[in-house]
Amino acid sequence: MSVVTDKEVQRRVHMTLQVNGEEIEVSFAPYKTLLEVLREDLGLTGTKHGCELGECGACAVLIDGEPLLSCLTLAVECEGRAIETIEGLAQGTQLHPLQEAFADLGGAQCGYCTPGAVMTAKALLDKEPSPTSQQIKEAMSGNLCRCTGYQQIVESVEKAATCCRSAERGAA
Amino acid sequence: MSAKRPLEVVGQPRRRVDARAKVTGQTLFADDLSMPRMLHCKLLRSPHPHAIIEAIDISRAAAYPGVKLVLTGKDFPVPFGIMPVSQDEYPLAPERVRYVGDSVAAVIARDEKTAEEALLLIEVTYRALPTISSPEEGLAQPMPRIHDYGEQGNIHRNQSYEFGDVEAALANSDHVFEDLFFYEGDTHMALEQQASLASIDGDGKLTLATSAQNPHYLHRQLSLVLQMPASQIRVIAVQNGGGFGGKCDPAGHEMVVSKAALMLGRPVKICLTRQEVFYQHRGRHPVLMKFRTGVTKDGKLTAMHLQTLLDGGAYGSHGPASTFYTGVLTPVTYELPRFKFDACRVFTNKPACGPKRGHGTPQPRFGQEVQLDKIAEKLGLDPAEMRLNMATKANSLTSNWLGIGSNGLAECIRQVVERSGWKDKHGKLPEGRGIGIAASTYMCGAGVSIYWNKMPHSGVQLLLDRSGQVTVFCGATEVGQGSDDVLASIIAEVLGISTSQIRCVTGDTGITPIDLGSYSSRVTIMMGNAAMQAASRVRELITAAVIEPLETTPEQVVMSQGRVFAADDPNKGMSFVEAVVLAETKFGTLGTVGNYSPPKPPGKFKGSGVGPSPAYSFSACVVETEVDVATGLIHIEKVWIAHDIGQSINPVHVRGQVIGGVYMGLGEALMEEQVFRRLPAKLSNALVHKIPSLLEYKTLTSADMPEVEVMLIEEPDPNCPFGAKEAGQGPLLPVMPAVANAIWDAVGVRIDEVPITPDKVLRALKLKRAGKNPRVGPEYFPDVPYPEPVFVLPPGEGGDGKESKKLESMPANSLAEVSTS
Repeated sequence: MSVVTDKEVQRRVHMTLQVNGEEIEVSFAPYKTLLEVLREDLGLTGTKHGCELGECGACAVLIDGEPLLSCLTLAVECEGRAIETIEGLAQGTQLHPLQEAFADLGGAQCGYCTPGAVMTAKALLDKEPSPTSQQIKEAMSGNLCRCTGYQQIVESVEKAATCCRSAERGAA
Repeated sequence: MSAKRPLEVVGQPRRRVDARAKVTGQTLFADDLSMPRMLHCKLLRSPHPHAIIEAIDISRAAAYPGVKLVLTGKDFPVPFGIMPVSQDEYPLAPERVRYVGDSVAAVIARDEKTAEEALLLIEVTYRALPTISSPEEGLAQPMPRIHDYGEQGNIHRNQSYEFGDVEAALANSDHVFEDLFFYEGDTHMALEQQASLASIDGDGKLTLATSAQNPHYLHRQLSLVLQMPASQIRVIAVQNGGGFGGKCDPAGHEMVVSKAALMLGRPVKICLTRQEVFYQHRGRHPVLMKFRTGVTKDGKLTAMHLQTLLDGGAYGSHGPASTFYTGVLTPVTYELPRFKFDACRVFTNKPACGPKRGHGTPQPRFGQEVQLDKIAEKLGLDPAEMRLNMATKANSLTSNWLGIGSNGLAECIRQVVERSGWKDKHGKLPEGRGIGIAASTYMCGAGVSIYWNKMPHSGVQLLLDRSGQVTVFCGATEVGQGSDDVLASIIAEVLGISTSQIRCVTGDTGITPIDLGSYSSRVTIMMGNAAMQAASRVRELITAAVIEPLETTPEQVVMSQGRVFAADDPNKGMSFVEAVVLAETKFGTLGTVGNYSPPKPPGKFKGSGVGPSPAYSFSACVVETEVDVATGLIHIEKVWIAHDIGQSINPVHVRGQVIGGVYMGLGEALMEEQVFRRLPAKLSNALVHKIPSLLEYKTLTSADMPEVEVMLIEEPDPNCPFGAKEAGQGPLLPVMPAVANAIWDAVGVRIDEVPITPDKVLRALKLKRAGKNPRVGPEYFPDVPYPEPVFVLPPGEGGDGKESKKLESMPANSLAEVSTS
């Protein structure tokens, strides 16, 4: 095992990250979490932090389609992996059906947990286009929300699922 | 004046004005802000619950590479506090720490990591003092005092009020019930951790952008602590990621970064860690309560003597108000001819308690509603019917001189009873399943400001120009509850336009008229009334400008759906933009202001300022539960809640607030608790926080949350804009007692304290099986040296609202049968 000196820990690493379908070159201290790199080095402050220990889900992003906690993920582990954040969800000015539903049905109150909740819901709908409300509740159970009492979040995901399915049918 | 038309915006379910920013991640919270040359601040916090700071050596930290400044208590000679009577905090403790987590020094460095490393180099010499862990200990140990002010010893506030001769009424009651309850402390746990960014503008003024519910009060306190004119300070309340009362107090870290920015001339930022948020706290007071309640045999209240004992934590915070609130709203729900309450707040060496959603009232509400359930049981009455029979009425005065306006309580009770199938379920479900009911009330804004003055509580300024753009300025603060949407909705309704045509500029002391802040459920009514006034004044100007071209009279002018036209000939009209152009042509630049001050409270005795409100909301709740007798696990099947909102401004978000209140109430009922433990004596005997993390502070997740059925009762209140009352706090209140009452119905045990955890249920079930009183709860109430009460005759006994002498009553022999359950 090689000894890492303090200087080496401080030295920045330079790499290309794939964020929201774009390749971005970034350099950062190697101990930084993905959350810190997204927020501090890439200016993507849509992803939030709420607890620093992986309990609240405010920092959830998708990595290769899986919802992961960016506060527990080192950015250096993410080279070559597809990272999706809330900033990449809308197509131009067209909101994603999840964003439309959260906005219309009260899925967002203060909005602090919203980015993490929406990304977690997207991972669910990508895998399971017709989730039951129980499946939604289980999928979202790692995303703490202090405002809504969850019911309107679940309703938002249900409505978005319906919209996504009818859009699919329309496209087919 | 203009013609009446049906509501077009108010009452319609709509996407709130700030929803798009929230779902795209564009909403900026305080920690999302950054500036060029920004420095970072970290605080050194005390590991001792109570100690004298004998020395602080900052030399090594100050010399650490990357460190720009180290501050200690001596840099902040002026104390502060949210209430004028409790100015007992310092941004950094100067000579004494009072709880584990009290901040003693600050490092400002090029980045957070450097600042954290430098904190370890600060050497503090502490001399430990004896610690007080509970109000009981505080009463027993007057010395050493945690503060050198207060009533006596470690009692911070101590008060007593009596409205009518309560002992005489109790003596003449058919029954007197005496019960003890305990409500454990809990915390807000807003998802956003507090952050603040202070900077010096180009003109040399200080700007503080921060997570704050009450920027106006913070502005005043900053001016005091920094010894700077308020005109040189601008406080921006950035969108809050939830508040629930936790961001109401001015906080030490806000003063620290402001001072550092002034000294260094560079932006300085701090973001509290989750652990530090638990230290900042200001959450629910743990309260021990004793109720002595007299009733007639048919279940009407005759009198109540309520005693409360609050664990205040280490600082005053909102404590003087919190102490009052453990009593004053008790008589608003049910007719209570006589009422006495004694309340005492004791300092302890724990993070300061303060205002959390419901501020001081969920605790007595829990006790009162559980006791009513016991009374109904004893008298063989249906608990819902009993409540219905004594519900307070609209346009009435309570025994403690609170004026109730509209009152939808009875309808709330009827609705939850009907929707839940109460009559087929209560007392009739199989063993292990049960149903419980409770009701409650809350205020729509505190009738009196936190500091004494006769100025408006809310101001709104409206600016229109020839493009048809409407910009509204108001100091009200968005904490997630939707205050910007309420503001835009009210103006849109008055002007007949859509909320998308309005730009809201809020929560900024540098550019918005003063609004006192997001607390006491005051925003919709106070900001809303101010907005109504400003918008009505603009409407008058527009009306005056269009009557000539429309060849009509002011009474005939209608503003609706972006058009301005005559009621008798709707085809004769113009667009809103054209009407604004005419008004600007006629009157010059268009702007109006509006403001609101609450009506004078009916009570005129000293202390009558806490409790009065322009209106009261009401709620009723039914909870159905299943209790596993083998494990004690409590499963909530469903919650029905009816809330008297007066008038929904935006029903989507009223419903959201109601469900959110139920969620937080279920958390308090079942699991949330902020508890402390002593380290073993050999390890310092320190009193430490048991759970300063989200991993251990348990809350309900989406998987735990039951279905909530919401019924909105609309009894418009004449004091409120379009009749709209509050929804942010009230709906939490009936949830905890409804859970406790449902557990009684399910398995026949009384858990007279929250949280109601499985171990307590199991203990009570064991007592039940042993043939003992199947109850878990506090066993005794300590001897509290309450003062002589302020005596005031109730309105029904010819009182004038002023303090009077208590007439010597006959030493009546008590005929009452005293029940202790």
